[in-house]
Amino acid sequence: MNFQHQHAAHCESGVMSNLLRHHGLAVSESLAFGLSAALSFAYLPFVKVSGQPLIAYRSLPRSIIKGLLAPLAARFRFETFRSPQAGQQRLDALLASGEVVGLQTSVYWLPYFPPDMRFHFNAHNLLVYGKAGDDYLISDPVFEEPVRCASADLLRARFAKGVLAPKGLLYYPKSIERKSVTPAAVRAAIRKNCRMMLAPVPIAGVRGMRLLANKLQRLPADDPQSSAFIGHIVRMQEEIGTGGAGFRFIYAAFLQEAAGLAHLPALAGFADRLTTIGDGWRALALKAARMVKGRERVDPPAIAAKLREQAAQEEAFFRELKAAVA
Amino acid sequence: MDVNAVPQEGNTTLGGHRKAVYARDADGHMVIAASRGWEVEEIVTRQAVDALHAQAEAARERAKAGLASPLEYWMYERRMDLALLSQASGFWQWRVKRHLRPDGFAGLSPKQLERYAQALGLPAASIRELP
Repeated sequence: MNFQHQHAAHCESGVMSNLLRHHGLAVSESLAFGLSAALSFAYLPFVKVSGQPLIAYRSLPRSIIKGLLAPLAARFRFETFRSPQAGQQRLDALLASGEVVGLQTSVYWLPYFPPDMRFHFNAHNLLVYGKAGDDYLISDPVFEEPVRCASADLLRARFAKGVLAPKGLLYYPKSIERKSVTPAAVRAAIRKNCRMMLAPVPIAGVRGMRLLANKLQRLPADDPQSSAFIGHIVRMQEEIGTGGAGFRFIYAAFLQEAAGLAHLPALAGFADRLTTIGDGWRALALKAARMVKGRERVDPPAIAAKLREQAAQEEAFFRELKAAVA
Repeated sequence: MDVNAVPQEGNTTLGGHRKAVYARDADGHMVIAASRGWEVEEIVTRQAVDALHAQAEAARERAKAGLASPLEYWMYERRMDLALLSQASGFWQWRVKRHLRPDGFAGLSPKQLERYAQALGLPAASIRELP
């Protein structure tokens, strides 16, 4: 099969970009990310991953796929399975009919991941574009080149248990009506993203950042748990799925594209500003990592202060962005 | 971040892979650049991996001392915790807890042991023992 793999920063936007390109739509990763209004921040103290609360710098898994359906007037099939056998049969049947299929999987059970990256994280996305013997041919967007995975391993990754269990989820397009992106869709996506970042709920958007800052403020500096928590914030930010700064840079790339697509040249200036905000997230990560490594005194309130600064900048940014696309 | 500032510090936790990051090129356009990794990421990933490893080693010592079953070691070795092992095996958490003790573990039927083996992705024979 003629399938073009492209390296991407984030699994879900990368999968959608590669899948749409396969179906003849030139949608870059950043456009897929921005058009689905995927930039976010959420602090979910009640969802624990390996004993640490979930901190997300992007929207919930699957929301990029679903968020692209309306702007492209597309219909996708989503299927989950009770039994792994049924899931495998269905995947094989779809591949045999020439379909490129998206899957949600665990990272831990994919042997082609480097061992240090194999955590029980269940919301990874990849594309399967063929099968050779017992190996699936996989386009995993966070890898530079296509990879292969034995069927037993992929099956285990698809049916991993735990938080965000994929239940064998596979997806593929049934129809894509619109072949280009309209200015109205771009504006609507930006408005939606602004609304989410400024949402009046305590755990999301800039308020979520402030809630996390308050939690940090209260941590004792001499408790080893504090260092673990600070490290966890950075790990959720940088390593698992591209990161706080990384997502801001992707969204900045989207705003540059949007400036042309929506005939709003002012968006280019916002892209520059968001890049600077992303650099602020990188500085925060650097400071936190120095504390983890013992090069700097562990000082949770200092991280909290930096976090509040990011929140203030993003609040102003999204308020003005909202006004610019109104 | 500018393209020439994209970290190429050889983060060992990436296992030689490069990740795609977005950065600003000389003309001010955001473009994709391949990164060999940033030390910051390496530090926090290593911290998490080390914490998991320490848990497994502590469980190994407990098991050797007869205070825990080998199942506890294997649970941590597979980077799981009580909640995840419970979900993956289908045993209630209070039952898993019981099986993490030597006496509870000794009472497992071959069928029950097989459920844990499945959940951990290991042969049943190997979870009876420590490596």
